[in-house]
Amino acid sequence: MEWEVVIGLEIHVQLATKTKIFSGASTAFGAEPNTQACAVDLALPGTLPVFNENALRMAVMFGLAVNAEIGKRSVFERKNYFYPDLPKGYQTTQLAEPIVGPGYVDIETEEGVQRRVRLHHAHLEEDAGKSLHEDFHGMSGIDLNRAGTPLVEIVSEPDMRSSREAAAYARKIHAIVTTLGICDGNMAEGSMRCDCNVSVRPKGEEKLGTRTELKNINSFRFIERAIDTEVARQIDLIEDGGTVVQETRLYDPDKNETRSMRSKEEANDYRYFPCPDLLPVVIDDSYIEAIRKTLPELPDARRDRFMSEYNLSEYDAGVLSGYSAQADYYEQVVKLSGDAKLSANWVMGELAKYLNQNDTDIKQSPVSAEQLGGLLVRIKDNTISGNIAKKVFEIMWSKGGSADEIIEAEGLKQVTDTGAIEKIVDDVIASCTKQVDQYKAAEPEKRGKMIGFFMGQVMKATGGKANPGAVTGILKQKLDALCD
Amino acid sequence: MFDKTLAELAQGLERGDFSSTELAQAYLQRIGNLNSQYNAFITLTEEQALAQAKAADEARAAGNAGALCGLPIAHKDLFCTQGVRTSSASKMLDNFVSPYDATIVNRLKNAGTVMLGKLNMDEFAMGSSNESSFYGPARNPWDTERVPGGSSGGSAAAVAARLTPAATGSDTGGSIRQPAALCGITGLKPTYGRVSRYGMIAFASSLDQAGPMARTAEDCAMILNAMAGFDALDSTSAERDTEDYTADLNQPLSGLKIGLPKEYFSDTLDAGIAEQVRNAVTEFEKLGATVKEVSLPNTELSIPAYYIIAPAEASSNLSRFDGVRYGYRCADPVDLEDLYKRSRGEGFGPEVKRRIMVGTYALSAGYYDAYYRKAQQIRRMIQQDFIAALNDVDVIMGPTTPHPAFKLGEKSSDPVSMYMEDIFTLSLNLAGLPGISVPCGQTQGLPVGLQIIGNYFAEAKLLNIAHQFQQATDWHKQIPAGVEV
Repeated sequence: MEWEVVIGLEIHVQLATKTKIFSGASTAFGAEPNTQACAVDLALPGTLPVFNENALRMAVMFGLAVNAEIGKRSVFERKNYFYPDLPKGYQTTQLAEPIVGPGYVDIETEEGVQRRVRLHHAHLEEDAGKSLHEDFHGMSGIDLNRAGTPLVEIVSEPDMRSSREAAAYARKIHAIVTTLGICDGNMAEGSMRCDCNVSVRPKGEEKLGTRTELKNINSFRFIERAIDTEVARQIDLIEDGGTVVQETRLYDPDKNETRSMRSKEEANDYRYFPCPDLLPVVIDDSYIEAIRKTLPELPDARRDRFMSEYNLSEYDAGVLSGYSAQADYYEQVVKLSGDAKLSANWVMGELAKYLNQNDTDIKQSPVSAEQLGGLLVRIKDNTISGNIAKKVFEIMWSKGGSADEIIEAEGLKQVTDTGAIEKIVDDVIASCTKQVDQYKAAEPEKRGKMIGFFMGQVMKATGGKANPGAVTGILKQKLDALCD
Repeated sequence: MFDKTLAELAQGLERGDFSSTELAQAYLQRIGNLNSQYNAFITLTEEQALAQAKAADEARAAGNAGALCGLPIAHKDLFCTQGVRTSSASKMLDNFVSPYDATIVNRLKNAGTVMLGKLNMDEFAMGSSNESSFYGPARNPWDTERVPGGSSGGSAAAVAARLTPAATGSDTGGSIRQPAALCGITGLKPTYGRVSRYGMIAFASSLDQAGPMARTAEDCAMILNAMAGFDALDSTSAERDTEDYTADLNQPLSGLKIGLPKEYFSDTLDAGIAEQVRNAVTEFEKLGATVKEVSLPNTELSIPAYYIIAPAEASSNLSRFDGVRYGYRCADPVDLEDLYKRSRGEGFGPEVKRRIMVGTYALSAGYYDAYYRKAQQIRRMIQQDFIAALNDVDVIMGPTTPHPAFKLGEKSSDPVSMYMEDIFTLSLNLAGLPGISVPCGQTQGLPVGLQIIGNYFAEAKLLNIAHQFQQATDWHKQIPAGVEV
């Protein structure tokens, strides 16, 4: 049977406010446990929440960026359940009246599949603390630094039909929130976390299959792998005569499998009700319009501009605009190098390769846009070849320094002196008599390809520094002279 | 000296009849001698009191004494007090020493008051008799075999027994006004939002309101001056200018329009109480007021609505008491569930557990619409009743309670009859309106309270009316037999 996959995502985005959503404590990541939890975060008796207006502003920015209706009246509710890292015994969140109503984003996969993904809504809520189960001799530690960090939970409709689309959607949300500057986008630190609702149904069937929810996935790659794994499990199960149970499952990236966490029956009755400690949040059109004026260029608009302004392909423009820090970096490199295409190749090629291999965010790149721009300038003015540039880049990455400093220190300046090149070419021709004879014997149209061998010899002799264009010209001239 | 009102003590300090330190020492000694009869105080803060008194004396010497400087006060034990146990009269918080002051505690401290100690109450303010306290019931100074009312029973008993000239209380369904009535003192529940709730251990957030308890309306006005006002730490606090509640105390009452709700004077009302309340109304007529009947048709629905909303909010508010971060933790929990179940099972008393269960049930999936949503609809109807009635009259008057103080244990086994004691008070909390209870007579040798209900933020008006009544009567001056002053 042919199966159709149906996916909806719930993405939690930590907002980049300086203080928490309902208290004045700092939200900075990585502090000593429980040093960024004030009386309100600890849920001491008698404490009360005060809503952080910056979180509201950021949520409205997001809503405007995804073409959504903004809730002019939004209401915080309490979601009641007991857990040690939930100090009040309830999470303050929004349910019936969220800040962001229905909206949509357009996505495109690497294979070129385009789709509009509708957003059901997005709401504001507070993050919980963290339970730490290691190093406590059989007990659990609790760190409440994260408790009260503002989150926007973005709930999509079940509009995605493949793991690729789900990852592309998550990337688009990431691009939007980082471009807006409302989230640092650091997935490794949990700034963006994803729950995937996955079901399958026979192709052509209208009715949705029973879904499972995959919890807390924190990388785009894992979104794809977790969904693929779960889809395969569900199809195997159904084809073997079983049924999918509605439940929450955990994706284990080490074993590449999903495991049951709790079934629907075991799920809590959260006993939602409006939080009596917080007033409904009421905003008007002028508030919304004032925020609209502050919106930066959004990823889709930036992609279109990259295509028209820099003449990039849709794919290249899409990749470069997909992450605001990368897009900023790229534009900086273009400005310095004056070559949009060359800049795109380097940012998406060599730089991306190094960032990936070293698991480094572009914001932490050891090679700055200024350094890379300087390097590209030296390619353009023929000081170095593209191949030598890769060598310079490697040194830049590992040891630092400007392109000029490295070229100078390593003696990598390209040899363009034709007299010097001619001498080396003569030596090569003299020592490779066998290959010269073959060249002479070959049909003239096949000789072009055979030049490569001599080229390699010349480059070997010059340590790659000879100007490739000059070498080709001289080789061709001298070899062809022998053939006449 | 112990029969002096707060205003009289202020004059004594001003004249130099005695110092703040002498005053504090005298009260601390009296509490030490007599508290065992009333069990009104559950914590004495002698050291802080003497330090604050000394500071007050120094401020006065330096010419920096405000109206409340150096005057003793005591706080209900649900107001957080820095460095002092704040228990809410629960085993759950018997070991909890607050690291911070509630906003009102801080404001009264800054006004120069001297904190004598912390007062008994029903556990987490849930009760109408003070019998649910982990520290045992406070007793009514008029008859120590009777309850002082609740939940601010310790506050009312302490003021009536002259162990403190003034106290703070909190009122979720009548917890200031009912004990004030039963102990023959004056207690004001302000408009919801007039006084900050920050640092007041929550019972039902949408109903809780702190207020002053003292022997006279004038004293209540003095304390409210320090307590009231916007607080950025409480999102439900009203953004209104503060006012001087003592300024209009002496306004005459001629032309005052009083409404009497016919539903408040039914056959089930205690005859002695009905008589005293009618006498009080006659007194107001003598002062120039006119009286007309009004109707609050949904009065009887206020009890079921209240006993859905208040427990629902309480069930959530009390979830933070889980044995994890502070407060009571059971011995040797085997796992997380055991920790929760036993810490809460052992830490909460029966009335608190009853309300947590009722509230949890009312909010459960499938029951929310039938109970919580319905109760909120009734709440709006009750509010509309009051707004309509207050369109016709300036204030509404009636009994504060349907009965005078009852005997300890009399209603303990019948929660519903206990809940009925709040029939006249809790509708104000549902509507968010201010109300004051003033002594207006006696029946069977026990005090009777008159409740005066005003429009939103009409505290100054209520205090003016109560003060004028107290200028014309002496019910507030009666001293319980057995209380020596």
